[in-house]
Amino acid sequence: MKVLVPVKRVIDYNVKVRVKPDKSGVDLANVKMSMNPFDEISVEEAVRMKEAGTVTEIVVVSVGPQQAQETLRTSLAMGADRGILIKTDVTVEPLAVAKLLAKVVAEEKPDLVILGKQAIDDDSNQTGQMLAALLDWPQGTFAYKLEKDGDKLKVTREVDGGLQTVSLTLPAVVTVDLRLNEPRYASLPNIMKAKKKEIAEKSPEDYGVDISPRLTVVSVTEPAVRQAGEKVEDVATLVSKLKTAGAV
Amino acid sequence: MAVLVIAEHHHGGLSDATHKVVTAASKFGGDVDILVAGENAGAVAPEAAKVSGVRKVLKAEGETLRKQTAEAMEALVVPLMANYDAVFIAASTTGKNIAPRIAAKLDVMQLSEIIEVVDQDTFVRPIYAGNAIMTVKSSDAKKVITVRGTAFPAAGNDGSATIEDAAAPSGPFKSEFVSEEMVKSDRPELTGAKRVVSGGRALGSSEEFNRLIVPLADKLGAAVGASRAAVDAGYAPNDYQVGQTGKIVAPALYIAIGISGAIQHLAGMKDSKIIVAINKDEEAPIFQVSDYGLVADLFVAVPELTDAL
Repeated sequence: MKVLVPVKRVIDYNVKVRVKPDKSGVDLANVKMSMNPFDEISVEEAVRMKEAGTVTEIVVVSVGPQQAQETLRTSLAMGADRGILIKTDVTVEPLAVAKLLAKVVAEEKPDLVILGKQAIDDDSNQTGQMLAALLDWPQGTFAYKLEKDGDKLKVTREVDGGLQTVSLTLPAVVTVDLRLNEPRYASLPNIMKAKKKEIAEKSPEDYGVDISPRLTVVSVTEPAVRQAGEKVEDVATLVSKLKTAGAV
Repeated sequence: MAVLVIAEHHHGGLSDATHKVVTAASKFGGDVDILVAGENAGAVAPEAAKVSGVRKVLKAEGETLRKQTAEAMEALVVPLMANYDAVFIAASTTGKNIAPRIAAKLDVMQLSEIIEVVDQDTFVRPIYAGNAIMTVKSSDAKKVITVRGTAFPAAGNDGSATIEDAAAPSGPFKSEFVSEEMVKSDRPELTGAKRVVSGGRALGSSEEFNRLIVPLADKLGAAVGASRAAVDAGYAPNDYQVGQTGKIVAPALYIAIGISGAIQHLAGMKDSKIIVAINKDEEAPIFQVSDYGLVADLFVAVPELTDAL
């Protein structure tokens, strides 16, 4: 089975984001960038499936600026086989990313696409589902467990209040949730090896996809600042304050 | 103008989330219709007809819709959208699963998890787990929107809408429901809970986590949460994690115990109404967002608090 894993370069999850003073967006200058944490889980899952012999090839793809190549290198160091960088310096919305990925799927013909359930920058949670719709493929979102079952893939999903299992006829799209696995750190020898792996450079125009945005950002602001409250002396005072506030 | 709200329902009852989505849809304007699809739709439709401000309820029942799989819901909703300017659905795991599929088929860029309707093209939504708030204007003719329930009040129950049948799509679809395993707990579900008690790394072990956090949560009828550090250390299961990469919660009362307040955790709980922090480090960042901070040894203070309630 061949797997396609899309990955996104985002602000590292430990960085405190700062809104630009002109409210045009979030400041990305001199900020540590990393692979979207959910995408690390997708890469890890693909690599584990390869190690288990279910997967023969893993292709990673990223839509983003030149530096997204580093994100692809990280995936290659984790165990992916080759990369595709669809280079653009503009913000590409999930619908346009899904259209680009649909074209990559048409070329690469994977049996499975595994994506993070959402990127921690725009929190859209759309790309995987949109890709599945564009391809008319079945989808298994928020995956907690994957099991290959002949020409089907059993996906156990994290849903509100529990778990749900669906059986998908391959080819299919899967988006992953946090509990699916613990991504590995790439070892130094694997990082060295990854430098020799191939990354093809493409542009959105190569795929004939119109990536012009449908949404215009009116403003990006800081959330209402929460005022630090008071320190209380002891448990008794805390309880009486909570009772007064109607909280208990 | 007309808006379609896709109802969320469980075990034959309309979920409260639907009432909140109707409020958001009413702010968009025009006639509001509710689509009730799936198992027990017949039983839920009369309840949906009572939601205030609703014109019409569309009821779709059939084997293919039983579990509201995304593929079947897409086949049901996309043709219906010829009659609507927007579709609104709760940003639950069900809504998040279905909505982008509909959006892609309509060639529309979805607006995820909105917290405010400014006008028919402009919406407000959190990004970076709520660390920034974005106002966006959509140029698409039709809108596909998921709604964050905590941001809108629930609509009332004094409506009297008509009920019509909608045909269920005939399958088969390439996705099949196999089974589900719902958590049977007397404790409320973390993301919807009115009270949450969370523990951090300072608890030191899963034994202490269970000995101190769980009884306090039970006393309060609260859900149990944990910081990423506590989860990574194995003190609590992963689905307890509150934070940017875990669950986003906004309960009426949030009690953070032995949690320092890393950015990643704050992102998941800072919209809670009242925040209580118990930590022995008085410099801990959690105290910058807490309404009531208690600088104390949690091993002493927590049992005392549990007893006092």
